[in-house]
Amino acid sequence: MLGSGAIGVAADASVRSGAQPAAPAVSLAGIDITFNLKDGGRYQAVSQINLDVAPGEFVAVVGPTGCGKSTLLNAAAGLLQPSAGKVGILGEPLKGLNLKAGYLFQLDALMPWKTALQNVAVALESQGVAGREADERARAWLARVGLRAFTDRYPHMLSGGQKKRVALAQVLIRDPKILLMDEPFGPLDAQTRQIMGNLLLDLWSKDRKAVMFVTHDLEEAISLSDRVVVMSAGPAAGIVGDYKVSLKRPRDIADIRLDKDFHEIHRQIWQTLKVEVQKAYAAGEGKDMISDGAIAGDGR
Amino acid sequence: MNSSHSRLKITVLQVLVAVVFLLCWHIATTTPLFAEPKKMQFFFSTPIDVLARTWKQFTGGEIWYHLGITLTETVLAFVFGATGGVLCGFLFARKELLAAVFDPYIKAANALPRVVLAPIFALWFGLGIWSKVALGFTLVFFIVFFNVYQGVREVSQTVLANARMLGMNERQLMRHVYWPAAMTWMFSSLHTSVGFALVGAVVGEYLGSSAGLGYKIHEAESVFDVTGVFSGMLILTIFVIILDTLVTMIENRLLVWRPGQASTSANG
Repeated sequence: MLGSGAIGVAADASVRSGAQPAAPAVSLAGIDITFNLKDGGRYQAVSQINLDVAPGEFVAVVGPTGCGKSTLLNAAAGLLQPSAGKVGILGEPLKGLNLKAGYLFQLDALMPWKTALQNVAVALESQGVAGREADERARAWLARVGLRAFTDRYPHMLSGGQKKRVALAQVLIRDPKILLMDEPFGPLDAQTRQIMGNLLLDLWSKDRKAVMFVTHDLEEAISLSDRVVVMSAGPAAGIVGDYKVSLKRPRDIADIRLDKDFHEIHRQIWQTLKVEVQKAYAAGEGKDMISDGAIAGDGR
Repeated sequence: MNSSHSRLKITVLQVLVAVVFLLCWHIATTTPLFAEPKKMQFFFSTPIDVLARTWKQFTGGEIWYHLGITLTETVLAFVFGATGGVLCGFLFARKELLAAVFDPYIKAANALPRVVLAPIFALWFGLGIWSKVALGFTLVFFIVFFNVYQGVREVSQTVLANARMLGMNERQLMRHVYWPAAMTWMFSSLHTSVGFALVGAVVGEYLGSSAGLGYKIHEAESVFDVTGVFSGMLILTIFVIILDTLVTMIENRLLVWRPGQASTSANG
């Protein structure tokens, strides 16, 4: 069940955020998610998930491919409705879409008919900011993610890493309280992933939003986060491990992987994760019908 | 196009094809090689006669009137057809019940060969330009309709979910996601639909009118004026090439964001 292997002093999240314990940024309580399959059957993706993300906390969710971790993230985003359980956002029950959160998708989510600048500026429209002011702020954000010279490029003229930078600017310009990330750097090559990871940490360290970061890459999870949550293989996946990562910050994604403590944490978590990965492989290709990347909106 | 061959070489070869074709035509119709030249010329005219007639038509001025009529019909058919196609495609893609109910009727209407409507349209709208516009409309409408319908329905779910998570309401989704997607698909069918607008205009003129390129060709045919028919076809071809070049220019300008923009083939 819950393994709580902690290295060093595991600071409780509520301690960090001050005297009175703030409501969790994301609170998932007793979440079940069941899909209706095309052949009339039902598939329970996740079962009885309880997970809190404190304000300012960076939580990584790892699990074998197809375990339903993206599905869980979509429930936190309000993109799909859990069949049971409660989703709370900053102390309030979630109704409809979670607009207090920014969502970074695994696949290309930029509007291909808009330039980088337009893609970022349009994110402000729902806040009633448009025109020159939106453009100026978008330009500033693109500069912050290192794309000052690429504002007028269309997505197809940008590399995979550059597109992720635009997507990051698009999400962060709205200054969400919560960041939900669905294997955002999955499609990138190893070096670009490290660079993007460092960029993310750098931006995050400025105002410490609550982050729920889904990935199947354990090294990425440890090097980025304060806490790693391990999910079991599906169907009816649950949480089988919850580990504090008390590596010092600021971190460099590449360097920290050489750290002795990093190896120790990695070893501990991998013991749990390995079992689940093997289970997932043993189950074979049979449950590919619900892929982990299943999007957005079908549950609504 | 194979980049290992230089542009110049290809152009020279292209011109050569035209020269050989015209030369064969000329020899066949002016020498007693196959048959008596007079007889051959009655059936096939000669390249020099056709070119001379075409030149005379252009300098004579009368042809410009007919070109103007055909162009007007083509443009009107395209504008009405595309507008109707975009609006209906959009509506049907967003309202599933509507699409489900009308599906068999739309398929049936599209299956009908449009040429058989020409006489009916002539009856309803007279022999002026409007019967030709109506014929072009029925051709353009369905192409644009199906393209836009498909395009709006197949908007990337990720792009849509992302736009929603950015807090866009229905109106903003319409403006920033659905509408650009629909436009893209309309423009990707631009060559085909402009081509069909022209087909509608020319076929309509051919079947009954008093002006336009189709009328000119029909007129020449009815008096066995083969030179006139070929000359009319040549003018029509030049017209189509110019129109198609314009469409390509518009397309390149509007679809600048598309990767490796591949254009649909012309259908004039």
